[in-house]
Amino acid sequence: MTKALTRDDLLKAYRTMRTIREFEERLHTDFATGEIPGFVHLYAGEEASATGVCMNLTAEDHIASTHRGHGHCIAKGVDPVGMMAEIWGRKTGTCKGKGGSMHIADLSVGMLGANGIVGGGGPLVCGTALAAKLRGQPYVSVCFFGDGASNQGTIFEAMNLASVWNLPVIFLAENNGYAEATSSKFSVACDNIADRASAFGMPGITVDGFDFFAVYEAAGAAIERARKGGGPSLVEVKLSRYYGHFEGDQQTYRAPGEVQNIRDTKDCLLQFARRVTANGQISQAELDAIDAEVKALIDGSVAKAKSDPKPSEADLLTDVYVSY
Amino acid sequence: MARKITYQQAINEALDQEMSRDQNVIVMGEDVAGGAGSPGEQDAWGGVLGVTRGLYHKHPGRVIDTPISESGYVGAAIGAACCGMRPVAELMFVDFLGVCFDQIFNQAAKFRYMFGGKAETPVVIRAMYGAGFRAAAQHSQCLYNIFTHIPGLKVVVPSNPYDVKGLLIQSIRDNDPVIFLEHKALYTMEGEVPEESYAIPFGEAAVVREGHDVTIVAIGRMVLKAQEAAAELQKQGIHCEIIDPRTTSPLDTDTILESVEKTGRLIVVDESHPRCSMASDIAGLAAERAFSSLKAPIRQITGPHSPVPFSDALEELYIPSAAHIVAAAKSLKEFR
Repeated sequence: MTKALTRDDLLKAYRTMRTIREFEERLHTDFATGEIPGFVHLYAGEEASATGVCMNLTAEDHIASTHRGHGHCIAKGVDPVGMMAEIWGRKTGTCKGKGGSMHIADLSVGMLGANGIVGGGGPLVCGTALAAKLRGQPYVSVCFFGDGASNQGTIFEAMNLASVWNLPVIFLAENNGYAEATSSKFSVACDNIADRASAFGMPGITVDGFDFFAVYEAAGAAIERARKGGGPSLVEVKLSRYYGHFEGDQQTYRAPGEVQNIRDTKDCLLQFARRVTANGQISQAELDAIDAEVKALIDGSVAKAKSDPKPSEADLLTDVYVSY
Repeated sequence: MARKITYQQAINEALDQEMSRDQNVIVMGEDVAGGAGSPGEQDAWGGVLGVTRGLYHKHPGRVIDTPISESGYVGAAIGAACCGMRPVAELMFVDFLGVCFDQIFNQAAKFRYMFGGKAETPVVIRAMYGAGFRAAAQHSQCLYNIFTHIPGLKVVVPSNPYDVKGLLIQSIRDNDPVIFLEHKALYTMEGEVPEESYAIPFGEAAVVREGHDVTIVAIGRMVLKAQEAAAELQKQGIHCEIIDPRTTSPLDTDTILESVEKTGRLIVVDESHPRCSMASDIAGLAAERAFSSLKAPIRQITGPHSPVPFSDALEELYIPSAAHIVAAAKSLKEFR
């Protein structure tokens, strides 16, 4: 069974989800000023997925992420201050300003990278999982991917390979209903992405991605199975993104009121807070205190990012080859 | 007299010695052992041409057969490299690049830079290349130019048994992704190869033959064609210097330029297509940086801008020959 959540676990889960939400809401606001370079793809609304999965992982476990990767990074333990500096293109960023939003990675905490290529992470986690298996280590690897990537050949190849090699991999499909501006109802040929699991000889399950506890339990069971040598699983979480594919997307393909309705009725943070306060495990005051601390953290990260130096000409050609 | 083995045996020996030295070295690919899941013999093939034969039983669990799923297992090799393994993934024919290029050029090649220097990807991707086997358009290409274009990849094109062993050992020890290309026509070539382990550094060209009249820079199998041509030209009083870059990335530009400054004449022999090729790249290098030394135009000898044909009558016309090189050298010597 999945490890029972302690009070500290619940506080950590809430803090993680709130940090992701605050980070993304702040980027949404700041992007509109035109100061942030490039593209950002926001994870707001999907926090229960990254958090519910990564609460089952250690720093030795690996995850591969997507171009909507900020939430996965934060949940896996990447420092949000470095992330903010990276997104602002600063030398102090997680990747020294050379990666940007779509490529934040920190291998020291098992984060293999957000990925600008849809479906790029599937094969990579087969490799990290193979390394753990060959070394006799109990580490698992999780590939987060979206409904868009669910149709990529790399994901099919990786699912087959993970089963053939009996690897400790969890394929974690985040079905937010849209690949860019195309509905998964159009682009995915079966009712649920999880239905494809049987074709690759692995169990598949679909869970409510707005419910942290449901994700935590389902991912936890798959992760525990993989850790014990039981092989790969496919877990599909159905959820919604609160913003466009990228910032600036007018989202005319969505129904009027669609996002507001979800925010009002299904929001993962609201549901979580309601549950843990109603049963008396956590007080509202404790949650409020976390909110305030997280806001200060994100405010500080933005202030620091704005004042930190950009990379210089001397940085242009470093880190491209090993020199001997 | 030193021991002689084939190019193919030298590859096998390099893999065997590195797998013995470092438990993190693994070999994976389609039928690199052969027979996985079948009722018959394991290590049935040892690679489609038998290059990895015997390693499966010597290094249990570390020679891993894969489905025919190049994106899947090449990507897995790259992922394993990110956490300290040293995988050698075999792509069989380099033409199969077409079904896994993203994992190579968008993933492996980019990680070190894109992650601010915090990732190492010590993966080797071995593949056969080249024409001459009547294998036609999808099993005969020379695609080193495509890899050479990509920053972050190192590209190795050994032309003889001694180099193939030392360069493969260096490739496995290198902390960047390495594309290691073996010309299939060289597998049976014999040469002197020391039994002990040795590494040849990247970016150091070999001066295969010294001469003062014409510099011939030749890639991979074309080094042999250049040697054949140089022997003929010697009889006619033209003394060629042959340079084998051994790695196209990094490229030893200094050795090439020093030779061109000495001879004043340059021929580049490259089996691939002419546009955006090693031939045009090296010709450009000499034109830009050794212009005042040149006594004659630079000549590029390449395959034509066509797919590799099947019929032997056409394929022989396709592949650059010693006669092409002889004619080019004579025309340069006679220029002005």
